[in-house]
Amino acid sequence: MKPASRPMLARWRLHGLPAGLQASPYALVFLLFFVLPLVLIVAVSFWDSTEYEMIPAFTGKNYAEIFAGCSNAQDMCVTFRTYLSTFRFSALAWLSTLLIGFTVAYFMAFHVRTARMQTVLFVLCIIPFWTSNVIRMISWVPLLGRNGLINDFLLGLGITDQPLDWLLFSPFSVVLAFVHLFTVFMIVPIFNAMMRIDRSLIEAARDAGASGWQILWHVIVPLSRTGIIIGSIFVITLVMGDFVTIGVMGGQQIASVGKIIQVQTSYLQFPLAAANAVILLLVVLMIIWGLTRLVDIRKEL
Amino acid sequence: MPNSQSALELVRVSKRYGAVTAVDAIDLKIPAGSYCCLLGPSGCGKTSTLRMIAGHEVVSEGDVLLGNRNITYLPAAERGTAMMFQSYALFPHLTVLDNVAFSLRMKGVAKAERQQRAQALLERVAMGPYAQRRPAELSGGQQQRVALARALITEPRALLLDEPLSALDPFLRVRMRAELKRWQAELGFTFVHVTHSQEEAMALADQVVVMNGGRIEQVASPHEVFNRPASEFVARFMGGHNVLAQDGGKVSVRADLIRLARQRPEGVPAVEARIAAVEYQGSYVLVELAHDEIADFTAIVPEADFFAAPWQAGEAAQVFWQATDAHRLG
Repeated sequence: MKPASRPMLARWRLHGLPAGLQASPYALVFLLFFVLPLVLIVAVSFWDSTEYEMIPAFTGKNYAEIFAGCSNAQDMCVTFRTYLSTFRFSALAWLSTLLIGFTVAYFMAFHVRTARMQTVLFVLCIIPFWTSNVIRMISWVPLLGRNGLINDFLLGLGITDQPLDWLLFSPFSVVLAFVHLFTVFMIVPIFNAMMRIDRSLIEAARDAGASGWQILWHVIVPLSRTGIIIGSIFVITLVMGDFVTIGVMGGQQIASVGKIIQVQTSYLQFPLAAANAVILLLVVLMIIWGLTRLVDIRKEL
Repeated sequence: MPNSQSALELVRVSKRYGAVTAVDAIDLKIPAGSYCCLLGPSGCGKTSTLRMIAGHEVVSEGDVLLGNRNITYLPAAERGTAMMFQSYALFPHLTVLDNVAFSLRMKGVAKAERQQRAQALLERVAMGPYAQRRPAELSGGQQQRVALARALITEPRALLLDEPLSALDPFLRVRMRAELKRWQAELGFTFVHVTHSQEEAMALADQVVVMNGGRIEQVASPHEVFNRPASEFVARFMGGHNVLAQDGGKVSVRADLIRLARQRPEGVPAVEARIAAVEYQGSYVLVELAHDEIADFTAIVPEADFFAAPWQAGEAAQVFWQATDAHRLG
């Protein structure tokens, strides 16, 4: 051992390893499984390809192909139409999960008195996650199908004279499945934020003459802001990139950005899929950025 | 001039939580424009009492009157009371100005007007320049002033303070205590202040209400409470008292009226005790005495007297007092 290294070892023993060294294992994982794939995707999105091979190059061809015909104002191109449809699903799923998630979190945080009951209800929210996403989706089929429970019930009561076919393999069932799968991602962060609200703030608001709704809007909502943003980011990113739920619940008939990427990879059109992925990533980042701005602005009013 | 509408009265007020009685049928009259301190150990019912006056706790039984109105069942905001919370409960997401203007905003007062009124109140508590700050950027003392301004904007007739000084460090506590007293004199309406510190109550109150176990032990001026404690509990809680057994009853003798001598004095009540410990406190010396039948037996000896004939721990002493200084306890 070199004499010079001795004081260094002694210092490490005393104060622990240098911060950079301590962070390195996670940094390595992060680099290997997040940064590197991302860089590869961006790189490949500029590659050239033919039907049967990928050619390393630097070309904007893939991006041009995605936006081909999109300058035509009369007839919307496929890309724009797909994005529009995905946005619509995102907005619907986000709004529904936000409303339901906020209400459930509010109930658990402010109306359930004991910590024990809160834990019990929380576990109830989590239990569905013990089965896989796909199974939870498919379990809707016997309920919503043409000969499903709901249609049988409606027909039996004579409310409708033929089965409703918009219940399954429709935009409705897709949104329903999204809400079913992702509401918990809203509940958890909002509940978390609500639990940190000092209860005396609510009394102070009541003391100042605020009604129940005013307390909700002027105190609880702004103080749950971080939870709402985190939950929204979860739900929106999940829905924007989704292809499984839209596939299963939409009967493989509804397009989405994720679905396009999945189809392109299955046809080995990796550069094109990569370009789509890069665009999707940018769009999602913009939404998240906009979301944080939006909530900020609300506070200024 | 004290506003007669700010006299507060509790009539047989009780608070029960299930089987537990937190406040047990208390009667209390707080004169208009006075500074009243509810004093007692934790769990004595003082905070429940304050919260019942504020309307944040439902009265189980009895009536609360403010001025000539029965406010027992009115919502908190319609009672004419304003509450200052323990850690001030300022809204962390709002600026100081918006915090103060909050109740006006709830009432739907236009933005320009509410901001102007809030700003005027902030100037009054010397917080004008801080209007655009967030509460987290203020010191404890500044937060207290903002909390006061926020309470005052509702034009209350009684201000209810829940341990307002407990969030401050000892140095600031003394300063903000003086400030509270000054504001109360300036505003001229009733302040009801909950505290567990007898020092705070003595420094501030016109009227001290000593509570224990959901009941009121004594209501009197600080001077009265200190010189004529109504019960053993009050004597012990106020501190600076020795509780002694004397001809069948208990008496209290102020620790600073206890004398020590080496020879048994004539014609005054005296007991023999051992010096247990001596603590120098600056202007006086705290002498702890050990006696088999008397718990917490102390004498406060002026510094000059002590050093004229110093005592050592372990010495035997004749402890005496004037018969007139012994106050009989109820």
